[in-house]
Amino acid sequence: MNRYFKAKIRENLPLNNSNNLLITEPLDPVTEPKPGQFYMITVGNSYDPLLKRPFSYLRTTPDTIQFLFTVRGRGTALMKALRKGSVVDIIGPLGTGYPLPGTRCTPVVVAGGTGIISLFSLIETLTRRFHVLYGAKNRDDLLLLHELERLGNKLVVCTDDCSFGKEGMVDAVLRELLADHESLSTSCTLYACGPKPMLKAVSGIAAERGLRGYMSLEENMACGFGACLGCAVKTIRGYQRVCREGPVFPIRDIVWEQDY
Amino acid sequence: MDLTVHIGRLPLKNPVMTASGTFGYGEEYAEFVDLNLLGAVVVKGISLNPKEGNPSPRICETPCGMMNAIGLQNVGLKKFLKEKLPYLRQFDTRVVVNILGNTIQEYVRLAKALDGAGVDAIELNVSCPNVKKGGILFGTDLRALARLVTRVKQSVSSTVLITKLSPNVSSIPGFAKAAEDAGSDALSLINTIPAMAINIETWKPKLANVTGGLSGPAIRPVAVRMVWEASRAVSIPVIGVGGIMHADDAIEFMLAGASAIQIGTGNFLNPGATAQAVSGIVTYLERKGISNIREIIGRVDGTAPHNNTDD
Repeated sequence: MNRYFKAKIRENLPLNNSNNLLITEPLDPVTEPKPGQFYMITVGNSYDPLLKRPFSYLRTTPDTIQFLFTVRGRGTALMKALRKGSVVDIIGPLGTGYPLPGTRCTPVVVAGGTGIISLFSLIETLTRRFHVLYGAKNRDDLLLLHELERLGNKLVVCTDDCSFGKEGMVDAVLRELLADHESLSTSCTLYACGPKPMLKAVSGIAAERGLRGYMSLEENMACGFGACLGCAVKTIRGYQRVCREGPVFPIRDIVWEQDY
Repeated sequence: MDLTVHIGRLPLKNPVMTASGTFGYGEEYAEFVDLNLLGAVVVKGISLNPKEGNPSPRICETPCGMMNAIGLQNVGLKKFLKEKLPYLRQFDTRVVVNILGNTIQEYVRLAKALDGAGVDAIELNVSCPNVKKGGILFGTDLRALARLVTRVKQSVSSTVLITKLSPNVSSIPGFAKAAEDAGSDALSLINTIPAMAINIETWKPKLANVTGGLSGPAIRPVAVRMVWEASRAVSIPVIGVGGIMHADDAIEFMLAGASAIQIGTGNFLNPGATAQAVSGIVTYLERKGISNIREIIGRVDGTAPHNNTDD
């Protein structure tokens, strides 16, 4: 199995103004990904932009790998313009995935913004009752709501501007959940992905309450497979590569150096 | 087809090398490229003690290029000799170790240890723009460079010595000549170009280190010019580095005067870039009816008028 392959674009469907579902069809045999792993995708056909971009996968089918991406800058704008039938270079699956929860642990999934994409592949594999706390800036930024509701577990959605669900940040919702369910403090496994301020806040809550769990980080990276050392983050074991030792790290391992 | 080139007395089976800092210790690429196909692997710069590197963000993208300020993160000499070198030794390729120190004594200790370990060549890193002391200080001061090269040369017996020059100087021929006169067996150039990028929304630099080294296709014309200038100033081999993405770029450097080339940033986009460059060079030579790659080294015709209709 090769982790560097070409894939044909089967569909590139706009979900709304800023989000697309990219369905790729690998032209070579590929390795099955684990929830939380990611891929580096070529976004254009020139050297500007130069680098591939990292994307969490959303789901796979026997012959496709699917990505949900948000248009944020030049690279993702080019990706939105990819036409059905065109061929892109992809490297992956890369990085570690989310370790599955222990048999006595209740998974509590905390997602911020596009962090839900990385966590969605984990959520689909969870077999016991779990909680999903999902926050975004506003209603338009919420992704995969129907799918999350269909999965039939405890879902709490919040938005910064109160345009959908509860008002406020997802870390505040996590505090409420833990206050309301005393048993979770001893039996939950947190899974988090989202913007750095949110992850830092979740780390703080986990540290206060002695909770265990994992978070997936995002950093600029040039290669995606451990060579460039561009994506290093500070951990209790020194700098570690988001692309190789991560993107999923134990929450307790991350050393937050800056204010966000 | 004879692809053999020589770096001093060291023969390489072909001119394609990896650029330090972009190829890890080789193992990161082993699933993407057969290391046996490469002329040489140049490993990530090694210091006496492990280095942690700089805070993040460490890289950012620029037009046709990228900037990095990794800060020479590496495993240190001891771990390199114990864990990384034996892995590379399994392959039929030359092993070149890039070394960096804060003082001449540190470079000498590294060179002696590696000479004893039997690596094929040492590449003196005197050109990293991302550390506060050592490194670039030697690369931008003629007398300091000459002292360093002389002392390191005296400390090695069998290992070929390559000096990797900085582009951050006013006269590359002068530095090339100084390294040659001090005993360097070969030169490699260029390293990344000191650069800066600013986020106009936050008004902050895009790199935590504020400045970084620019690499990628954006710097290639600068590197080609410097290789051309340096190779005309010295009689030792010059290795061309800077924005080489595929065989055509490699050929351009060799026509400018490079005896070998190193691929750096190109590996990030295409982890198989080095092996593809080797096969692309063969295809080029076949198309041109050339049976020995050494025939193209330095063969640029600097006087003939040309047109760019093939651009």
